[in-house]
Amino acid sequence: MDQFSMQRKEMDDLTVLYIEGYLDAHTAHQFEEALRKIIEEGRYKIVVNFSRLNYISSAGLGVFMGVIEEVRSNGGDIKMCCLSDKVFRVFDLLGFPALYDIVKTEDEAIQKFRDAQEKAPE
Amino acid sequence: MPRKTEQFLLVTPSDSKNLVLIRDLVGKIALRAGFPQDYVDKIQLAVDEACTNVIRHAYPRNRRGDITVRIGVDSRKLKVEVIDHGKGFDVQAVLAKDVNHRLNELKRGGLGIYLMRMLMDEVRFDVKPGKETRVEMVKYRDLRETDEQKALQKKLIEKSHTLRR
Repeated sequence: MDQFSMQRKEMDDLTVLYIEGYLDAHTAHQFEEALRKIIEEGRYKIVVNFSRLNYISSAGLGVFMGVIEEVRSNGGDIKMCCLSDKVFRVFDLLGFPALYDIVKTEDEAIQKFRDAQEKAPE
Repeated sequence: MPRKTEQFLLVTPSDSKNLVLIRDLVGKIALRAGFPQDYVDKIQLAVDEACTNVIRHAYPRNRRGDITVRIGVDSRKLKVEVIDHGKGFDVQAVLAKDVNHRLNELKRGGLGIYLMRMLMDEVRFDVKPGKETRVEMVKYRDLRETDEQKALQKKLIEKSHTLRR
């Protein structure tokens, strides 16, 4: 069985990336390649759905730190949803909840993008 | 619960594909020794971070090295030593660049050592460059967050709020 896998869904200008398995120093490059591909396509509104992710180490967290500046400077964001308590605890230890939008459901994450769009000046 | 110390030893090539194997072994030993699941999760992650540092930094790319993981369990604690024979690192310099600095610059790296200190009750480094680097981590059965861990996280959360765009 693969240690880590991903699936991607597109909804208008928004991309949802579903990640599954174990995100560590061995698998982080796969995740980074997938995120970079989305960014290279000019898609900067990204939701990462963690519902099937069992494990994350700082190598996985480092991927977010490596791309967030580029995403935000292009008017986008990465929002995270559906984290298990175990995975959330790692984010929490590193202070990520204050730096990133981490919400309970995918719908909430999508809604945050829609709300931001409505508030944006014409 | 073991009355005297039980020792386990794993030697693997320094390769990220072995992280899952190391985590599994450490986790199974901690579970069998009666540690609760939240402690097992913390021990596995701390060991992963120590081994990841070895894999990424200890050996030159053209030199294959080993990681030794030695685990000791007794009635009070679980002790893990992660040992390599690579180039070593400047402990004081790494500890001085705290995690706030890393997050402030959105820099990767350096988070692993911070996590190890947050997850385990004791973390010690013994670096003999070019000879042996030993990271020793201890988790006690009956300790919750230490004052040092609480203070580290409080500092981090305060900083994170100021970083939010």
